[in-house]
Amino acid sequence: MNTLKKRGLGRKLALGALTATATAALLTSPASAQRDPAYAAARANGTVGEQIDGYLGIVGEATPALRDMVNDINIKRRAVYTQRAQTNQATLEAYATTAGCQAIMRTVPGERYQAPDGTWKTRTSAPPERLSICP
Amino acid sequence: MDWNRLWALLGSMAFLGTSGCINVAAPEEPIVIELNVNIEARLLVELAEDASNTIDENADIF
Repeated sequence: MNTLKKRGLGRKLALGALTATATAALLTSPASAQRDPAYAAARANGTVGEQIDGYLGIVGEATPALRDMVNDINIKRRAVYTQRAQTNQATLEAYATTAGCQAIMRTVPGERYQAPDGTWKTRTSAPPERLSICP
Repeated sequence: MDWNRLWALLGSMAFLGTSGCINVAAPEEPIVIELNVNIEARLLVELAEDASNTIDENADIF
């Protein structure tokens, strides 16, 4: 009886720990895991694209809403770049350009990106045109 | 010294004066640019993995 009680208690404790872990995971996992639906849509329909400098750009005509969204994302990107550049003892520009190389590489067919000559391209299944200094 | 030898001496001095100098023209600039590109390319390779992780960890803004 005693062992049974103990086992029951153990199970409750285990369950409690599990719940606590799950809750903690929910709380600490960045609310940032996914793209905002508006951003995802803008990427998909090609109104925004990845620039060679590591920032997001508006491809066609800029509406105020689009501009707000792109500015907001770019301010956040810049903050992340600044922090990572410092950690790596690199300049903000070098870090941002590296991230731009990668972000362009990661575009999926249909998304827009900026070619080395500055023009906007639509990503196909072929590799994107990138700066010659891209890793 | 007779005049002929003096003129010959002067002539050869003048010749050396003009053609004896070596002119190095300026093809330095392209070399410098290439070096800068190489340095930058290497820097970007070093940052590549970190940047890739940064994009993964900030998926909402990339």
